[in-house]
Amino acid sequence: MDKIPILRMGAFLLVTIQVDLYDRLALNLESDLIQMVDKTRAKGVLIDISAVSIVDSFMGRIIGNIASMSRIMDAQTVVVGMQPAVAITLIELGLPLKGVHTALNVEKGMDLLKSMIDLEEEDEDQDLTEDDLIAE
Amino acid sequence: MILSLSKDTIEVVKEQDVVFTKNRVKEVAVRIKMGLVNQTRLITAASELLRNMMRYANGGKCTIEVVSSGRTNGIRLTFTDKGPGIPDIAKAMEDGFSTGKSLGLGLPGTKRLVNEFDIRSNVGEGTTVTIIKWANG
Repeated sequence: MDKIPILRMGAFLLVTIQVDLYDRLALNLESDLIQMVDKTRAKGVLIDISAVSIVDSFMGRIIGNIASMSRIMDAQTVVVGMQPAVAITLIELGLPLKGVHTALNVEKGMDLLKSMIDLEEEDEDQDLTEDDLIAE
Repeated sequence: MILSLSKDTIEVVKEQDVVFTKNRVKEVAVRIKMGLVNQTRLITAASELLRNMMRYANGGKCTIEVVSSGRTNGIRLTFTDKGPGIPDIAKAMEDGFSTGKSLGLGLPGTKRLVNEFDIRSNVGEGTTVTIIKWANG
């Protein structure tokens, strides 16, 4: 049985899909990834689909599911490297992948994840100072 | 007038057959020099229809043909199953309608991806979907 490896990089999980997805593989990735987010307390998930040449409605839905599930688990998801032909096909199919953050490549995706997580931390800092003020 | 230049039929029963069929469609598309975006549209359409066949009819047959309209070549795919059939085709072709748990994009989405789309279904007998994608259409 094929398995898509999930790598841990600091607070992030990195998934590079190197084969064309089929339904069972995509479903396994979904559950493996969410379990890894829980186990490693990851703050961000980066999915590289640059080697994927076909994304149909089912796989598109799985990608959307991964993003929504991660968000509930307090992690952000960024999908990077989508091939132009795949983007064209997804839109024509009627699947705009709303709610999924995307970036052109891994480097830009990493920057986006870092900026999203930095923002969250800043928010927490602000909350703290507000609490401090109230305490005073 | 559409001429059939070559014909190949594949039985689709297991999930591996789905992967195999998609690869065969890809090979044929490359052979007739179909553009990359059209290849992607065609294989995505095939992927949707193969899934429908597996999910609702426990598999069926897929015929891959190279066809010619005289001016240009293309690929005709015919998906035939002996499943329960579709009672209301007009409804099944609506965006967002599904009797399963899916998004309901399969049939209407597939129609948008190809040049010609034909669906025939008889309840209790099965469903046949035929699509054509021209190499540069």
